[in-house]
Amino acid sequence: MPDFSELDPAHLQYPQRQYGMDHDHYDWQMLSQRKPVQWPQGKLALWVNVSLQFFPLNQRGKPFPPAAGMTMPYPDLRHFSLRDYGNRVGIFRILRALDRYKVRPTFAVNAELAERAPYLLHLLRERGDEIIAHGWNMDSPHYGGQPVEMERELVERSIDTLREATGQAVRGWLSPGKIHSENTPALLAQRGIEYFCDWVNDDMPYRFRTASGDLWAMPLSTELEDQFILRNNLHSERSYAEQLEDACDLLLAESREQGGRILALNIHPWMLGQPHRIGYLERVLAYVSDKAEVFSAPATELLQHCAAAEA
Amino acid sequence: MKSDPGFYDYWPYHQRPQIQWPNGAKLAFWVAPNIEFYELQPPANPYRKAWPQPAPAVPGYSIRDYGNRVGHVRQMALLEKYGVRGSVSLSTALCEHHPEIIAMCAERNWEFFSHGIYNTRYTYGMSDEQERDMIRDSIETIHRHTGQKCAGYLAPALSHSERTLDHFAEVGSELFGDEAGFYTCDLFHDDQPTPIRLRNGKRFVSVPYSLEMNDTIAYVVNKVEPRRYGQMLKDNFDRLYLEGAESGTVMCIPTHNYQVSCPHRLRAFEEALEYITGHPDVWVTTGREIAEYYLQHYFDVARTDIASKQVQAGFDNTGAKTEAQGHA
Repeated sequence: MPDFSELDPAHLQYPQRQYGMDHDHYDWQMLSQRKPVQWPQGKLALWVNVSLQFFPLNQRGKPFPPAAGMTMPYPDLRHFSLRDYGNRVGIFRILRALDRYKVRPTFAVNAELAERAPYLLHLLRERGDEIIAHGWNMDSPHYGGQPVEMERELVERSIDTLREATGQAVRGWLSPGKIHSENTPALLAQRGIEYFCDWVNDDMPYRFRTASGDLWAMPLSTELEDQFILRNNLHSERSYAEQLEDACDLLLAESREQGGRILALNIHPWMLGQPHRIGYLERVLAYVSDKAEVFSAPATELLQHCAAAEA
Repeated sequence: MKSDPGFYDYWPYHQRPQIQWPNGAKLAFWVAPNIEFYELQPPANPYRKAWPQPAPAVPGYSIRDYGNRVGHVRQMALLEKYGVRGSVSLSTALCEHHPEIIAMCAERNWEFFSHGIYNTRYTYGMSDEQERDMIRDSIETIHRHTGQKCAGYLAPALSHSERTLDHFAEVGSELFGDEAGFYTCDLFHDDQPTPIRLRNGKRFVSVPYSLEMNDTIAYVVNKVEPRRYGQMLKDNFDRLYLEGAESGTVMCIPTHNYQVSCPHRLRAFEEALEYITGHPDVWVTTGREIAEYYLQHYFDVARTDIASKQVQAGFDNTGAKTEAQGHA
């Protein structure tokens, strides 16, 4: 029971109150004061990441249920099948739209999906687009307080399965739900991951320290995600398109004055792959790709330029 | 617990003494950028959780850090473009963490007022002495880093005690007399400044700050589409400007650098700023200047009018007596 007369003295003590951040993961540095990055291909990079996900029907929801997961009593067939729709139908509409506008995407893939849908993984492998590890499935979260050996096994199984299924090095990581534990970054670095996309505190990549060497923190906006705007905020499809177009305009203007920027779009086939939504993705891609200073590139290619600029 | 906080009496928006802002302006316009620091691992307040997930709460922490790393400079450039000096609602530990931001704002002659130490330290459960210590620390920190004598308060994360306003006013007086601790942004009961009744009778005013126009309330709580938010700002202005012809009104836009400065939202905010500052009879000012002007010209008139309306209503005039005693 709380003491009603006063708080514990720790509440008025501030041990981290000093210059910089209140942790050691990265240095405090404003984007505007950083050395500008100049992309060789243009001013504004369009990075589209397609998240391919598996939401198990027998969701455990421990220690918290995944966003967009099952919400009804078992068996929640409506949400299971609606999410599965993305991997069967929606993805093919998305691929057609991306190809039409010559977008070079990355695919963040739940490793269990590689086992469940080898046809799709074979197709991605043939395309040759960059694959990012996206954990085991959406109900296998990485979370604060998770026993480290349990998480190590989860990280290794996810990355190894995906490497085997794709034949790629798999350099990137996106945690399910963009939530991770205090140990995740170091475990990723130990397994040969070079960048992760969980932190939304910047519009450009930056160095993220771990006990096992640096990662790059790659900016993948949550605010501009299809499922955040359409499902979380319940905005209209038209507003989704407007928001992305406005973001493109602002970042492009900023890139002309301050150096390269990235318009990072995380999209979900179960969301945008619906017949009534795909047209709005096409509208956005048409708008963005029509700008002469915009080019499309996957994450690793952008990071190579950042690393070179740093040297 | 009380059924009413007792800060003010009922005072209808009807036949009030006329307010005229400087140079005949109809509307006093101010922008209050909240510049906040949220801790990754704050001590757990027994009454309110800081983060929804066990530490590290990456989603919530990192978007707020975006505000300081990326968003601040964008918003500052925009306010400068439209001639607005920000009135900063400041997590004062930011003076230590991010002095670069403080220096940029100070260079532009922005106002700093107290928003507590961190936005992850809540007032709930504090003793009187603890709350006063926290407030004193915040006012002293602002003074040490900027030389300003903090005039205003917005409780950290809008977490209050019954005595928050008393503590702020009294600690302000202890440190700097009448030059500090004389306005609050914590109350949303009016579109004009109003006198606030405190236990020590200090001349103290509530300056309209607007929860409805607050970008975080609009975007996170009410999930408003960005362009609609821009339209809401313009509509809010239009009506207050119209009514300001009869008696001066106040419009505030409270912002957060991690909301309004996101790439998909800045355009809507800019259009509203351009629209508002494009009108002739707008006093573009700060929270402190509004409070000072009101205290100097209208505070006493307002108190008299409030007292008279308690009597004229024909009910028990105890309220009017209490009012008079409270400000004796």
